[in-house]
Amino acid sequence: MSEEMEGGTVKKFLYVNRKAPYGTIYALESLEVVLIGAAFEQDVSLAFIDDGVYELMKGQNTKGIDMKNFSPTYRALEGYDVEKLYVEKESLDARGLAEADLIVPVKVISAREMTDLMAESEVVLSF
Amino acid sequence: MLHTVNKTPYERNSFDSCLAHARKGDAVLLIEDGVYAAMKGTAPAKKLEQAAKAVAIYVLQPDVEARGIAGRIMDGVKLVDYAGFVDLAAEHPTVQAWL
Repeated sequence: MSEEMEGGTVKKFLYVNRKAPYGTIYALESLEVVLIGAAFEQDVSLAFIDDGVYELMKGQNTKGIDMKNFSPTYRALEGYDVEKLYVEKESLDARGLAEADLIVPVKVISAREMTDLMAESEVVLSF
Repeated sequence: MLHTVNKTPYERNSFDSCLAHARKGDAVLLIEDGVYAAMKGTAPAKKLEQAAKAVAIYVLQPDVEARGIAGRIMDGVKLVDYAGFVDLAAEHPTVQAWL
């Protein structure tokens, strides 16, 4: 990724995902904004905390609810240079989940480390 | 009475409030994001296990499958499809939705 893009500088963006998929539109909206934002070549990180960790569950099958299964899109993020996905360990633990349950490679970090990630970010977008 | 819960037990207190107000012989149906409460080995599942002694617990299967948690639903919970949802609503004189 280049240091400078035409007409602007590269900022550290953090997308904070805290909602389960399908029950609300937040998870899908977040993904769409991330994909749109990817065109602007910013330094993008995604954080999954609280119910947001459910977004990354393997084995989602939405045929029965007649909604789009957008979970495979997380695997496509790499192709848009969105490679920094952070998942909070405490959130996984509370929900009986482990890294192996997730559809993409992520970095599992502690709540404390998540706090630091938030503090280092210049733009925080919450979903 | 049929109770429905559609939010995760981590996001809202509707799950806890529902269980606190369900009477013996009632049915509780977990739908939409409410289905996560029935995942094996979690704190909400323990509460459901306790509640299941007095009330019947159901989860809506299409919502379970959508969320990738089929096969991780605790024992003692019955899976129903949309037709089963309709049957439950018809069998009980009242339906209370814990939103």
